[in-house]
Amino acid sequence: MLNIHNLQTSVEGKEILKGINLQVNAGEIHAIMGPNGSGKSTLASVLAGKESYEVTGGEVLFDGKDLLDMAPEDRAREGLFLAFQYPVEIPGVSNINFLKTAIGEIRAYKGLDPLSSKDFLKLLKDKQELVELKASLVNRSLNEGFSGGEKKRNEILQLAMLEPKLAILDETDSGLDIDALRIVANGVNKLRSENNAFVVITHYQRLLDYIVPDFVHILYDGRIIKSGTKELAFELEEKGYDWVKDELSAQASPSL
Amino acid sequence: MSKDQELLESLATSEYEYGFSTNIEMEMAPKGLNEDTIRYISAKKNEPEWLLEWRLKALNRFLEMEMPHWQNFDLPEIDFQDISYYAAPKKKQLNSLDEVDPELLETFEKLGIPLNEQKILSGVAVDVVFDSVSVATTFKEKLAEKGVIFCSFGEAVQNHPDLVKKYLGTVVPVSDNIFAALNSAVFSDGSFAYIPKGVRCPMELSTYFRINAMNSGQFERTLIVADDASYVSYLEGCTAPMRDENQLHAAVVEIIALDDAEVKYSTVQNWYPGDKEGKGGVYNFVTKRGICKGNNSKISWTQVETGSAITWKYPGVILKGDNSSGEFYSVAMTRNHQQADTGTKMIHLGKNTKSRIISKGISAGKSHNSYRGLVSIGPNADNARNFTQCDSLLIGDRCGAHTFPYIEGKNSTAIIEHEATTSKIAEDQIFYLNQRGLDTEKAVALIVNGYAREVLNNLPMEFAVEAQKLLAISLDGSVG
Repeated sequence: MLNIHNLQTSVEGKEILKGINLQVNAGEIHAIMGPNGSGKSTLASVLAGKESYEVTGGEVLFDGKDLLDMAPEDRAREGLFLAFQYPVEIPGVSNINFLKTAIGEIRAYKGLDPLSSKDFLKLLKDKQELVELKASLVNRSLNEGFSGGEKKRNEILQLAMLEPKLAILDETDSGLDIDALRIVANGVNKLRSENNAFVVITHYQRLLDYIVPDFVHILYDGRIIKSGTKELAFELEEKGYDWVKDELSAQASPSL
Repeated sequence: MSKDQELLESLATSEYEYGFSTNIEMEMAPKGLNEDTIRYISAKKNEPEWLLEWRLKALNRFLEMEMPHWQNFDLPEIDFQDISYYAAPKKKQLNSLDEVDPELLETFEKLGIPLNEQKILSGVAVDVVFDSVSVATTFKEKLAEKGVIFCSFGEAVQNHPDLVKKYLGTVVPVSDNIFAALNSAVFSDGSFAYIPKGVRCPMELSTYFRINAMNSGQFERTLIVADDASYVSYLEGCTAPMRDENQLHAAVVEIIALDDAEVKYSTVQNWYPGDKEGKGGVYNFVTKRGICKGNNSKISWTQVETGSAITWKYPGVILKGDNSSGEFYSVAMTRNHQQADTGTKMIHLGKNTKSRIISKGISAGKSHNSYRGLVSIGPNADNARNFTQCDSLLIGDRCGAHTFPYIEGKNSTAIIEHEATTSKIAEDQIFYLNQRGLDTEKAVALIVNGYAREVLNNLPMEFAVEAQKLLAISLDGSVG
């Protein structure tokens, strides 16, 4: 579904990603872990098409299409979803109106008729229960005055409503208490299927207790330096990132 | 070219939808402003002597007055002698819509104004002013059943002279300002509405203004009288053809609300704003004021201002009656070289009077948008309350937003609150919406509509939809 080949990017001349290779297939959950500044959020932003990042090399195919060539809205319409680390507030735009607009745009892109109000509301009600979001929040302005946990749950509600093929969760666990974390994770687990895939970016192994990944990748200094199964996350939690750094320099030193 | 740059460029090129002109035989007064002009107009309208005298007095006041210089825009030289003060489609008194020139009907069809009563489903009574004269008023009979008078100003002078004489110029005196004086001297038509005691007007009343003729100005006058315990909601819309020269629009609106009466006045102003270089466009110098004359009365102004090269208007309320209240809700959007200096005046005279001001400015391109408001609390206005909120939204980095609040408090029991914010549409907000499948234009439109929601919510339903679309069209691709 997603094929990242030797992806390199920079921001204001500074190289951040130095050649990322990653393949994600339908039905899989990948976790990307790494210390601060390793490039995790950059990877998420670049895939979603944020303008301030310059792609300096490599390619990304999404269902065989050149992802990097698409406008951000087309990537979304093709089925790529980013759950933001810091969801923005948009005053005066009701959550419900926003969701209806977004679904309308995505359906129109796919050549589908707009959802009737009745069907839309039914869908919303179902999905709302999935993330245990109070009905009152759906009628409020988008993210305005939401707590940190409510914002993250609202991201998962959007994810549930838009039904993307590939969802990237950018540190969705940050700032969540244990209850909110469980709700978010439950939501994701109910949404996973044979046909979709998740890339979960996180600092901590904690989230992976709830969302069990098929693969774990460690991102360090702009490169994926180690990949494995969920056991890798436990090992990382136990030994800390220094372990990976040491291992990396041990690998690197013979060539010096 | 960066994406923002491209979008800003495309903003400038989006077209004004109502820029066509109508080829129709016109009867026009010779250019120039003098006593003869006034007598010409008055004779055309077959007016009584007192009204002619009133006009002449206004002309004299106008000639004594100087152009103002306190406004926050460059007021261009206006040659008042180079304007024709009367332009009318050549046709005698119309008795029914069948007699209206088909070309004219087609024009209003294009503008989306239904004149054919059979086709009207929305239940809005419309008075249409084309250049200097009212060409059609719909639903007259139905309104008459309730005793509501809704007609052109000219007809009101003929058929209800006592009402006109009693209230004309009582809210906006002829010498109020130079454009009010000019209007009083040369006004040619407009709308008149009277809602009798205890009547809730059964439908929205609406006036549609259209400037068509070249080198002419539009100087209409609206007078609304709401008698005791009556209610009316009044809508006003306007457009003009695209012309290279500027057109002058100097209107006066007066509202009188008696005891327990309520008047809601909504405007969607979409005069031609000029091209992207700032050439042409309407100068919209308008004096709108209401008086809450009776106790417990209420006047509410809602305006969505997207057009005109220059907009200069301060719809205000004189809160004379005890417990009366005034409201002002405004969205003013400027782009390209448009300039807007708009706001309100709330004059608290009676006890326990309340006013509420919500102003939302949106500036894009090289435009300038100013809020100017006066809140005045008189010595007898015990327990007066005012709340003012004025917000500015900037799109791009070449526009300007300005706020000029004036507060005069002469009563120590008054409570006056003022809040102001200035913001930009953040790139993060646009990216967030892009990531959910909205293109940038839709994203900006959604953000702007959200920003203006508090005001748009005050518009009657059909108008709110219209206004939302208008904001989206006018903003076509403007991002910063």
